[in-house]
Amino acid sequence: MLERGLEEKTYVLNLGPQHPSTHGVLRVELEMEGEFIIKADPDIGYGHRGHEHMAENRTYAQFLPNMGRVDYLHALAYNQCYCMGVEKLLELQVPERAEYIRVITAELNRLTSHFLWVGAYLMDLGAFTPFLYCFDDREQVLDLLDYLTGSRLTYCFYRFGGVPVDIDDDFTAGCRKFIQRLRGRWVDYDNLVTKNVIFIHRTRDVGVITQEQCIKYGLTGPMVRGSGIPYDIRKSEPYSAYPAFDFEIPIGERGDVMDRYLVRMREMEQSLRIIEQALDKLPAGPIMAEKIPKRLKPAAGEVYAAVETARGEFGCYIVSAGDTKPYRIKLRVPSFGNLSILPEIAVDTLVADLVAILGSIDVVVPEIDR
Amino acid sequence: MGMLAGVIGVVTLVAVNALFLIWMERKVSAHMQLRPGPMEVGWHGAIQTVADALKLMGKELITPKDVDRWVYLAAPIVVFLPVLLSFLVIPFSQSLVIRDMNVGVLLILAFAALTVLAVLMAGWASNNKYSVFGAIRSVAQNIAYEIPLLITLMSIIIMVGSLSLVDIVNAQSQYWFVLVQPVAFILYLTCATAETNRAPFDLPEAESELVAGFHTEYSGMRFALFFLAEYTNMFIVAAVATVFFLGGWQGPFLPGIVWFFLKVYFVIFIIMWFRWTFPRVRFDQLITFAWKILIPLAFANLIITAFIMKLR
Repeated sequence: MLERGLEEKTYVLNLGPQHPSTHGVLRVELEMEGEFIIKADPDIGYGHRGHEHMAENRTYAQFLPNMGRVDYLHALAYNQCYCMGVEKLLELQVPERAEYIRVITAELNRLTSHFLWVGAYLMDLGAFTPFLYCFDDREQVLDLLDYLTGSRLTYCFYRFGGVPVDIDDDFTAGCRKFIQRLRGRWVDYDNLVTKNVIFIHRTRDVGVITQEQCIKYGLTGPMVRGSGIPYDIRKSEPYSAYPAFDFEIPIGERGDVMDRYLVRMREMEQSLRIIEQALDKLPAGPIMAEKIPKRLKPAAGEVYAAVETARGEFGCYIVSAGDTKPYRIKLRVPSFGNLSILPEIAVDTLVADLVAILGSIDVVVPEIDR
Repeated sequence: MGMLAGVIGVVTLVAVNALFLIWMERKVSAHMQLRPGPMEVGWHGAIQTVADALKLMGKELITPKDVDRWVYLAAPIVVFLPVLLSFLVIPFSQSLVIRDMNVGVLLILAFAALTVLAVLMAGWASNNKYSVFGAIRSVAQNIAYEIPLLITLMSIIIMVGSLSLVDIVNAQSQYWFVLVQPVAFILYLTCATAETNRAPFDLPEAESELVAGFHTEYSGMRFALFFLAEYTNMFIVAAVATVFFLGGWQGPFLPGIVWFFLKVYFVIFIIMWFRWTFPRVRFDQLITFAWKILIPLAFANLIITAFIMKLR
């Protein structure tokens, strides 16, 4: 017995499905030697609800609310992607004003997602205070979106052919006030987090991803931009009203956890720039396309629409058989690809590093499980 | 009789101090986080902790199936008793010392070192991988940080030439030692934070990594005892800081005991301030920091102090 016990140098540690830092029902099976990780194996599927199958049993419009529940943190981008796909099928032309409103709301939603990430990530690293700073700011955006869309989390705001509600002067003024407020807050975040010496030690050169690995694993979003590849659907395959705005794609240099943090922080500033320009240039006109059929029955065919969500490329592949219901919908979610690199970069790190790496991937588990 | 009064006094102090400190921690953290904190029970939530303590007493004491029963049950008591004994030698004012021993410092440090035994017992007996992690971390951390702590205090002891806490306070009637030993004060505060397992050195109970570390499996009053011990430990390390560096009970106008408590709670406030500002350090960084930075610094400080004392 004793001899056998001495031979067994490794043991298995279950991180999750109920664990404070897996952010949802994700289980990571760790093979450990002391505090070092030999092997990390993510186990997914605890939150599988069968969204793709649901799509086959309901009409195009009935499936729209599902999109807010796949990735509940950036629901509006999902709304937008699905609407874009269906609009392509129906050959609907969305009015320019509606596109602008979509961009403004989707960017606001991106801010809420990034704020939640920064707060939760710092909490993973053991700092509690930034979490409440982030929630304070996030609350301002949620109030704005609540005013316009009527909900705070699982939005179902866009319609095929436009948006149902126009933005008014109160909303515009609120947005401008918020942008001004947030620009004054960056210095607080810098002093509290970015320049903090413990934070730098915890994140520099941890979880480094090379550019080859990014491409090999099909990473998207801040994960790939943190490694220095400027891939962003908003620039590389522009959609909606994005070509009309002047904004940058922040990229990192080393591809470590710190770079991914910095990329997200700088992205928030770029989102503010987009919102500001959209408010300035907001065109007049209708917010819904004309001549939308009462009964949606697109011709047979298949389309692919992709948007840049807070986590990366979300693609919606719709196959229509000429029926009122989609024949098949395939959702390409960014978190699934992003999580797949975890086993490779988690090897030979400490548990504390694994928490930092897992946090930096920014997984939304229901999105992976769908 | 004097001894009995002392014991009753200490138990009361421990209870009231813990209630106050938990409320203070919640208020301090709340105001650092742009929120009001507890406001409902009593004036600004002043007796919120009493309500929480009552709730904890009403909770079921769960003993998981495969624990090492006696060790598991003993750990919360073992963590608490040495903490109580440390109060014997702390001079609250000129006259208010339960027993002024000529080895007072040794006694406090010895009992402080015992806490780690309880943590090890709790972690091992819980039969939970996360708990064992917490316990092992705690042992490594306490051993690493006790050395610079001792050496730092030694430089003050060399200056005074006595191990009695009362003598140390009396030696500061001209000036506080924090003015002549600022490095030692900073070193002591860092080590004391690590000794009491407070953030950013709270690795034995690092929530985001180890769930709750060594006390994951404890519930109800057993958990409360660990909690109580943590806050009482904080009081003791702050009291030692006050005695060694901030002149103990000495101060103008106000009575000595008021000065003593004011200084102690000021030091505790600084320790809380650390917790609500910094992220947690990683384990290897924590150990490296102790062995490669704190211990050489503490030794350098000791040698310089010894030289100056010899030359005078």
